[in-house]
Amino acid sequence: MRTATARTIPNWAWALSAVAVLITLTIGVSIGAVTIAPNVVWSEISNQLFGNSTLGTTSNTTIIWQLRLPRVLLAFVVGSMLASAGCAYQGTFRNPLADPYLLGVSAGAGLGATIAIFYGTGTSKFLLPIAAFAGALGAVLLTYSLGRSAIAGRSSTALVLAGVAVASLLTAIQTLLQQQNTDKIREIYAWVLGRLSTSGWQDLVVITPYVTVCILVLLRYRRVLDVFAVGDEEALTMGLPVGRARGAIIVAASLGTAAAVSVTGLIGFVGIIVPHILRLIVGNSYRILLPLSIIYGGIFLVFADVLARTILAPQEISIGVVTALLGAPFFLFVLGSSKNGSVT
Amino acid sequence: MTQLRVSNLHVELSGQNIVKDISIDVSLGQWVCIIGPNGAGKSSLLKALAGIVPSTGDLFIDDINLRDLSHRDRACWIAYVAQDPVMPAGMRVFDYVLLGRTAHLKLLATESPRDLEIAHYVISELDLTEFIDRDVATLSGGERQRVAIARALTQASPIVLLDEPTTALDVGYQQEVLELIDRLRKELKIAVISTMHDLTVSGLYPDSLLLLANGEVVESGTASQVLTAENIAKHYGANVRIIADVSGPIVIPEKNSN
Repeated sequence: MRTATARTIPNWAWALSAVAVLITLTIGVSIGAVTIAPNVVWSEISNQLFGNSTLGTTSNTTIIWQLRLPRVLLAFVVGSMLASAGCAYQGTFRNPLADPYLLGVSAGAGLGATIAIFYGTGTSKFLLPIAAFAGALGAVLLTYSLGRSAIAGRSSTALVLAGVAVASLLTAIQTLLQQQNTDKIREIYAWVLGRLSTSGWQDLVVITPYVTVCILVLLRYRRVLDVFAVGDEEALTMGLPVGRARGAIIVAASLGTAAAVSVTGLIGFVGIIVPHILRLIVGNSYRILLPLSIIYGGIFLVFADVLARTILAPQEISIGVVTALLGAPFFLFVLGSSKNGSVT
Repeated sequence: MTQLRVSNLHVELSGQNIVKDISIDVSLGQWVCIIGPNGAGKSSLLKALAGIVPSTGDLFIDDINLRDLSHRDRACWIAYVAQDPVMPAGMRVFDYVLLGRTAHLKLLATESPRDLEIAHYVISELDLTEFIDRDVATLSGGERQRVAIARALTQASPIVLLDEPTTALDVGYQQEVLELIDRLRKELKIAVISTMHDLTVSGLYPDSLLLLANGEVVESGTASQVLTAENIAKHYGANVRIIADVSGPIVIPEKNSN
């Protein structure tokens, strides 16, 4: 008799992904205003990690350790989070167009963070993600309830239209706040366009705990995301507590997005591009899609950042501009290939 | 003997009484079929039993009050196959059938070897082994229905609700699916409640029929008691002739014009 097992990622794919991650990180650290050879990158890193500092501190050490590595790792962590959040939203909303940016989650997080920056007195860097999270969660709930009650029913496009409306509203409120606080406008403007800062390790340290927890929670729901594919009614009759499961997934995806957005600003489309390319290769099962989105979301954003740093070197473009330039045409492609109201 | 007892069941949707005061008793191994004109409330009744539309009234399995159970515990008792089950594009038949184990798994758990074994057992019993790697969205109507039934059986619930299991099927597939349901309910002692469109076919396999009109049970009993020309004229507004056959009454629509 033929047997089959539940979907899992084969070992060779894990191995391939691990190699891809190492290569990506190496390239990310190597390329920049000063190109550093990959072997130098690794020897510097191993010197730092294993305390073999006999070589002394060179300018390369500073560039790698204070500038490039934290930035590359930050890009990786943020990319992982945005792609896995997009993937999780797509599963639980049964909507291939769901993305933290398009659902208004990022705009909500942005508003929350802006309010915290302007009106928070002595706001700790660790509390900024919480303010962003409140905004993110409010935005996704608003989008979801608007999208559901739209005349068009619960089609893919209705949800995205609701997301666009919510994002516009929240961005308008944010702009209003900015105009009342013009002294900080340059800072906020750079933030809205999305940027990976060069401020050493602090941003990474702030968001990694949030992102790690959220990604681990989403991973635990990977089988449940597959059950959502049959629709709420049938999923209920199969014994899935639909409301509770969806709530947990939305909270985890939104909290992680908010943490990412609170340090990097608005970076769009990662949540659509990465899971969708993976779908074309490995199919629609979230047991596979979700872990791979985490890995390749990180890889994608590191490369997007390399582009942002090099295209107009020595000038730097906002990374949000790069992902939008890549992502918006891609979004139109996904929109065209997914029938109205279709699933996955 | 384990029995599903439904009494005084009401379903109200947006202010309208869709199902009124329905009582049904079904024992394991029995097949009860609900018939009735369009809009009589057949699907709503099944959905109320499945717990996906709100209802009032008593729902018991022996001494167990279904209304006290979570969706998950309820799913261990009752499985439901929708009229047009959602077949997610890109999902393999095996993965789809395996979804039936959801009720037996903790929310965040993954399937044990035993769950996989159960899915394989059901798949081989239903002769679906050759399909296990197929994308469910590419299956034909009859294959879909069999795969959906396999998913419901993998749920291992003693009561199975089937909403119009044969409506979209041609006569060959229809027969295949109905024979399958009939064999399974007898072998596995499953109580089946189905709705059905075709009156003659509804008289063939089920043990008893409930005729629903405007949300109420207007006739019930064996096929020959329910499928009479008077009942059908009264509740469907149709002019039919009944031929008594050994397998059950045959319902033939009469041509009115010349």
